[in-house]
Amino acid sequence: MKIGVPAETRPGERLVGASPASVAQLIKLGYDVAVESGAGTAASFLDEQYEQAGASLVTAAEAWGADIVTCVNTPGAEQIAQLREGATLVSMMAPQSSPELLETLNARRITALALDAVPRISRAQALDVLSTLSNVAGYRAVIEAAEHYGGMFTGQVTAAGKTAPATVFVIGAGVAGLAAIGAASSLGGQVRGFDVRPEVADQIESMGGTFVHAPQAQQEISADGYAKPLTQEQQDAAMGVYAIEAAKADVIITTALVRGSAPTTITAEMVASMRPGSVIVDLAASGGGNCELTVPGETIVSDNGVTVIGYTDLTSRMPRHTSQLFGTNIVHLMALVTPEKDGELTLNFEDPVQRGMTVAHAGDIMWPPPPVAVSAAPAAAPQGPTAEELAEQAAAAQAAAERKAKRRNWLYGAGALAALALLTFSDEETVKHLTVLALAVIVGFYVISNVKHSLHTPLMSQTNAISGIILVGALLQIGSSDVIVSTLAFIAAAVASINIFGGFLVTYRMLGMFRKDAS
Amino acid sequence: MTLVSLAQATYVVAAVLFILSLAGLAKEDTAKRGNILGMIGMGLALAATVVLALEQSERSVLVTALLIAGVFLIGITVGMWRARTVEMTQMPELIAMLHSFVGLAAVLVGFNSYLEADHADAVHQVEVFLGVFIGAITFTGSIVAYLKLSAKMKSSPLTLPGRNLLNMGAVVVSLGLMGWFLTTGAFADDSAGLIPLIIMTIIALVLGFHLVAAIGGGDMPVVVSMLNSYSGWAAAAAGLMLENDLLIVTGALVGSSGAILSYIMCKAMNRAFLSVILGGFGATATAASSAGPQGDHREVKSPEAAELLAGARSVVIVPGYGMAVAKAQYPVAELVENLRSHGVEVRFGVHPVAGRLPGHMNVLLAEAKVPYDIVLEMDEINDDFPETDVVLVIGANDVVNPSAMEDPGSPLAGMPVLEVWNAKQCIVFKRSMATGYAGVQNPLFFRENTAMLFGDAKAQVEEIVTSLRTQQGVGA
Repeated sequence: MKIGVPAETRPGERLVGASPASVAQLIKLGYDVAVESGAGTAASFLDEQYEQAGASLVTAAEAWGADIVTCVNTPGAEQIAQLREGATLVSMMAPQSSPELLETLNARRITALALDAVPRISRAQALDVLSTLSNVAGYRAVIEAAEHYGGMFTGQVTAAGKTAPATVFVIGAGVAGLAAIGAASSLGGQVRGFDVRPEVADQIESMGGTFVHAPQAQQEISADGYAKPLTQEQQDAAMGVYAIEAAKADVIITTALVRGSAPTTITAEMVASMRPGSVIVDLAASGGGNCELTVPGETIVSDNGVTVIGYTDLTSRMPRHTSQLFGTNIVHLMALVTPEKDGELTLNFEDPVQRGMTVAHAGDIMWPPPPVAVSAAPAAAPQGPTAEELAEQAAAAQAAAERKAKRRNWLYGAGALAALALLTFSDEETVKHLTVLALAVIVGFYVISNVKHSLHTPLMSQTNAISGIILVGALLQIGSSDVIVSTLAFIAAAVASINIFGGFLVTYRMLGMFRKDAS
Repeated sequence: MTLVSLAQATYVVAAVLFILSLAGLAKEDTAKRGNILGMIGMGLALAATVVLALEQSERSVLVTALLIAGVFLIGITVGMWRARTVEMTQMPELIAMLHSFVGLAAVLVGFNSYLEADHADAVHQVEVFLGVFIGAITFTGSIVAYLKLSAKMKSSPLTLPGRNLLNMGAVVVSLGLMGWFLTTGAFADDSAGLIPLIIMTIIALVLGFHLVAAIGGGDMPVVVSMLNSYSGWAAAAAGLMLENDLLIVTGALVGSSGAILSYIMCKAMNRAFLSVILGGFGATATAASSAGPQGDHREVKSPEAAELLAGARSVVIVPGYGMAVAKAQYPVAELVENLRSHGVEVRFGVHPVAGRLPGHMNVLLAEAKVPYDIVLEMDEINDDFPETDVVLVIGANDVVNPSAMEDPGSPLAGMPVLEVWNAKQCIVFKRSMATGYAGVQNPLFFRENTAMLFGDAKAQVEEIVTSLRTQQGVGA
């Protein structure tokens, strides 16, 4: 089958649905790939590179007329009209808010795979374009903020005095928020992160941010990995947190998008409380914006000199990497629906991932899909034991340990007595030898305890070699006049001497290989 | 008697040299010196013994001398041949085989000692009996360990019904035989005591076989170090019966060395020593393992892995037995060198029971010229995983199983493991999705930040090195 990669039609869009590398991988899956001439130019992918990767260069009409069409944004009516009847369209579609689009596609019996409807399960991560886009957007948000912020993110102490580091407050620790936290902290900013889901604290900290604790504003562990709408109380508490943090922050990056809609997090009042020169980047601008002053798609400056950035095309501002990652997501999707790697698209509706993203197929609207059991969060946080139970357990454990120690002491005592009795009745010579034995065991214990783990194998072969010392016993018996004794002694001595020579040499060989880092 | 006292003095020097030798092995810097000291000690002891043997020889000195020369000839030829040709991956087998030699020698020396001495001394008889008993167990036990390690015998545990009772029975019967053996000594005439001694030897041989046959391949590090300990005790018992302090000291050193190693291994697996020795591990685990979490895994290919590695700042490699099997240590070393020369911090995290011998991984990595100061132990590296960009798990499974920490029902529960899942990205090299030695499914494979790289570890690592080179070539 032929996959068409048309140029994006949205004005100003610089992304493209496939990179030369992803084209090569699609071809490996057995597909023919047709790229519209110039489709990747804005993302720095030249036509020649696509050709080298094995794609054919075609006109827009041919690209839209392929068996499978992949693009980034939802195509317009004009493009949909160019789709072949029964073709497959792979793009973002926002199915929950665009029923007319689904109707239009369905009327033409188009199989529509919505990239933004991939269920949030672990396996689907590889084809989740929303994660990809959020990741880039989060990073870019920091870059935009840095551009408009009149200072350095990192604090410096120089001969000319010192500058304070920028305080960056990130609201929402989804993929975008975490990416922003990572980018801002690697620029040297002091990053504080907040999310209504308390379970992301570790993730925020792992990216280098400080988690803002506010128990009354945070809800329980979420079951599906998405934040739920807040109760009024939580809402108020959260707003309190935002107000405090906003007043301290030089940069705010707000990423609260709950299923396409953007709740207000930063009020006009909070903006007014911020220092002049501060920057707010609103990643939820496409949903109306988290900040009351946000104008989607534009950058404005408030009366008190705070820049509010409402770009909705952050991902297009990094077209090269976004397209590369997006293209790889598409490859993963195509690999999933091409199990035979024969270039034939085969949908399997038993698979929740494929079922979930198919919004129209063979004349049926398939949206919304049946709910999927999601595993984004730990299935059930185990209920920890209460303090009382813990104390009880500790007490029981201690009692058991005491009993055990008592029993052990008795045992040792009895053992010592028995040894004493035995030694008293043994002859002097034996006692002397046993003394040597006991002392040697103790010496051995202390000597061996110091050996490093990495040397345990050489230690074993070395001890093995010296345990061949039993050869001494055999050698002394070898001169016996008794033929049997002599023969047995000879065999014993022979095997023991193999041990000695083999053991020492192999240890020597091994030790010769250990070397310290020369660099 | 001056010759005897000279020999005794030499033995004391040799014993001290042995202790210093083992003390030297504690650190890489002094290990080689330790090895040499051991050789010198052994040389002195043997020289003194040869002189003594010739002097005490009951028949023509020449014959005795020839016999002794023959012994050394065999020892040097076979020993050197084995030491030179053995592959480092085969180290566990070689060591197990050498253990069996000590066991055999102890049995034979014990018999001789009985045949030679006057039988009146009960203490001596007990020593002979014990020496032969331990020696025989070491002998067959080591042979079974050797067979299992070299895959000439199935490595799964042999679980006879009532096996603990069988073992107990063997010990009890042996004790009874010792009683019989002691009473024959009183009559002092013929070699009447040989009968109980031989029966006991046979029982001990079977017992040694059964003990080790009941232990699964995964527990082999413990078994090998345990047999190491036994071979030491056998030598010590021989020393007691021959009234030779050098043998006693050496035997005790080796015995405690093996015991400590076994203890360390057991602690690393969170298993009671007794439960390993009694064997049968894996048989009880099947119920829990089938209930283990299943799920979907993500696969990567070597070029993607190479890209990840090239972009990483810090990489940890966790090797396991699979690396030894695939002989992947050389390409791994090459990979490490490449990454390090490009400024990536690369370290190794070695679990105490990785491989089939304590310290096995270290030897393999040393063989491939990986500097030992980047090879770290579990405790040294576990806290660093959250700051690690990429972890490569090469042929390890159970030692990186998160269910050891998270699932109290798992057969691995409580075993300290390398917490590789805390790293940003984890790539697991594996031939298939099969389980590890413990027969337990590994939830690590289904984690979001884990990717599976299927195929022969050696070939895959080589491919990664090649793609790294191409990428770097393009970048340069």
